[in-house]
Amino acid sequence: MQSFMQTLVFGIFAGAIYGIAAMGLALVFGVLKILNIAHGELVMLGGYVGFWAFSTLGWDPFLSLIIVIPAIFIVGLILDRIVYRHIVRQLGEEKIKNSLLVSFGLGLVLQNLAQALFTGDERSVQVSYAGEGLNIYGVLLPWTRLATLGIVLIVTLALHFFLRKTYPGKAILATAEDYESAELAGINIGRVYMMTFALGAALAAIAGQFVTFTYSLAPSIGMTWTLKAMIVIVLAGTGSILGALPAGLLLGVVEAMAGAYLAQTYKEVAGLVIFLFVLIVRPQGLFVRK
Amino acid sequence: MPDFLNVDAINVAHGDIQALWDVSLEVGQGEIVALIGPNGAGKTTLMRAIAGLHPLKSGTVLLRDKALHALPAHRIVEQGVIMVPEGRRLFGGLTVMDNLELGAYSKRAREVRANTLELVFELFPLLAERRTQRANTMSGGQQQMLAVGRALMGVPKLLMLDEPSLGLGPLVVENIFETVRQMNQQGVTIFLVEQNARQALELAHRAYILEQGRIVGTGLGDELLRDDRVQQAYLGICPAPEE
Ligand SMILES: Nc1ncnc2c1ncn2[C@@H]1O[C@H](COP(=O)(O)OP(=O)(O)OP(=O)(O)O)[C@@H](O)[C@H]1O
Ligand SMILES: [Mg+2]
Repeated sequence: MQSFMQTLVFGIFAGAIYGIAAMGLALVFGVLKILNIAHGELVMLGGYVGFWAFSTLGWDPFLSLIIVIPAIFIVGLILDRIVYRHIVRQLGEEKIKNSLLVSFGLGLVLQNLAQALFTGDERSVQVSYAGEGLNIYGVLLPWTRLATLGIVLIVTLALHFFLRKTYPGKAILATAEDYESAELAGINIGRVYMMTFALGAALAAIAGQFVTFTYSLAPSIGMTWTLKAMIVIVLAGTGSILGALPAGLLLGVVEAMAGAYLAQTYKEVAGLVIFLFVLIVRPQGLFVRK
Repeated sequence: MPDFLNVDAINVAHGDIQALWDVSLEVGQGEIVALIGPNGAGKTTLMRAIAGLHPLKSGTVLLRDKALHALPAHRIVEQGVIMVPEGRRLFGGLTVMDNLELGAYSKRAREVRANTLELVFELFPLLAERRTQRANTMSGGQQQMLAVGRALMGVPKLLMLDEPSLGLGPLVVENIFETVRQMNQQGVTIFLVEQNARQALELAHRAYILEQGRIVGTGLGDELLRDDRVQQAYLGICPAPEE
């Protein structure tokens, strides 16, 4: 049986991936006000781009991020132009209903497309240094996991800086708060929505790249990741974008603990239990200001 | 006759319910024009339609020769038509400074941002003191100053204000109206919607009266102040009892 510390550490590593995946969903939800059920499929597609770079170019998975991120960013731009742009401008109940239906359908389309292009076989990326890492008092910290956590932290800080300190970032926050006021300030909100959606897709793709060497990749993994990301944004509090990181870490740790101390089968259930618990006890989320 | 903003026979609906019926009005360059009318008359709808937030069913809105009704809202801002919306609608979670900077988002305004900011801080020194404060932690009056300041950051040619005095104390209202007068003297054309009809008519050169989605009257500000019907309906003055 692995030690408590080891379980905690692996929980944190898993949670970092949940965090970055959820951050993309939270960003899109917070700004476009749509719940993108196809978010997990963007995670999946990002993974396949990374897998392709590994299997044909032989690139290290961390290096491939430099193509994974722009590739799925562009996919995001295209999906916004042909699909989401039409939903974002709808109002009220229509918008919520249509965003759920359309993104659910799009998720299926992307999944089938991946099935046709890449087959249903499970893929994963094996790096030469897979088993190596630091060993601190018997707690193993693999290089791959440390690098994953490091990149997640850097991306989170970069996103924070971008949103709070740059002009285009502030335009995104302004649009999230009040899109009409944003228009009256001269902001082209259609453009803001497009860039935000693409940014959310790129965040999903980073998570997807981590999936390729941490878990395994298949066309069907999308729904799992959408669900995980949804649980995380409820924990974080809808509207909290960067809160997705601590909430993701929390989910990772809770799952790891439940897997280790209850039974492996309770791992998934534990996540849902805290999800419901938070919804009932603190529906505004755990990591919102104010 | 004024040839700056021309609203010609516009019809606007909220879903199936028509809110504006063949509304026409004009605002000349350098004028202060007020729009008064009871609750639900369609004043906000009219302003929002001009600003591009609400589509027209028919009719035209021209600024000089430029067809505003064919432009999305942010392009109308680029033309120098800037609105302070009813209820202020600040970016509450952002700082005073962020709100002001965002007000200058359009390309035209961005180029002169530093100068405009100095001007706004001169008009509202309080905003300079509180530049790092979050907008939603300020008082109503301070928020209205910020809302006006944010609009000024867009370097308006035509400044539209929707009920700027709403919910504010008399001193703050005085301050806001005084600012509007100053802006006008510096060449900004003003279109003002007000519940507070007396102050609006005192300030305005001309005014229109909107009732149930239709323009029912127009005239010079002081003419309307003396008009029996306006006095009764909007100024709370009862006609002298007849013997
Ligand atoms: N979003 C909306 N959906 C449906 N009806 C609306 C909407 N906004 C306004 N209305 C209706 O349109 C009419 C005009 O409303 P508007 O807000 O333009 O009036 P107003 O003159 O600005 O009133 P107030 O003095 O209360 O601000 C009203 O009957 C109102 O109920
Ligand atoms: Mg109104």
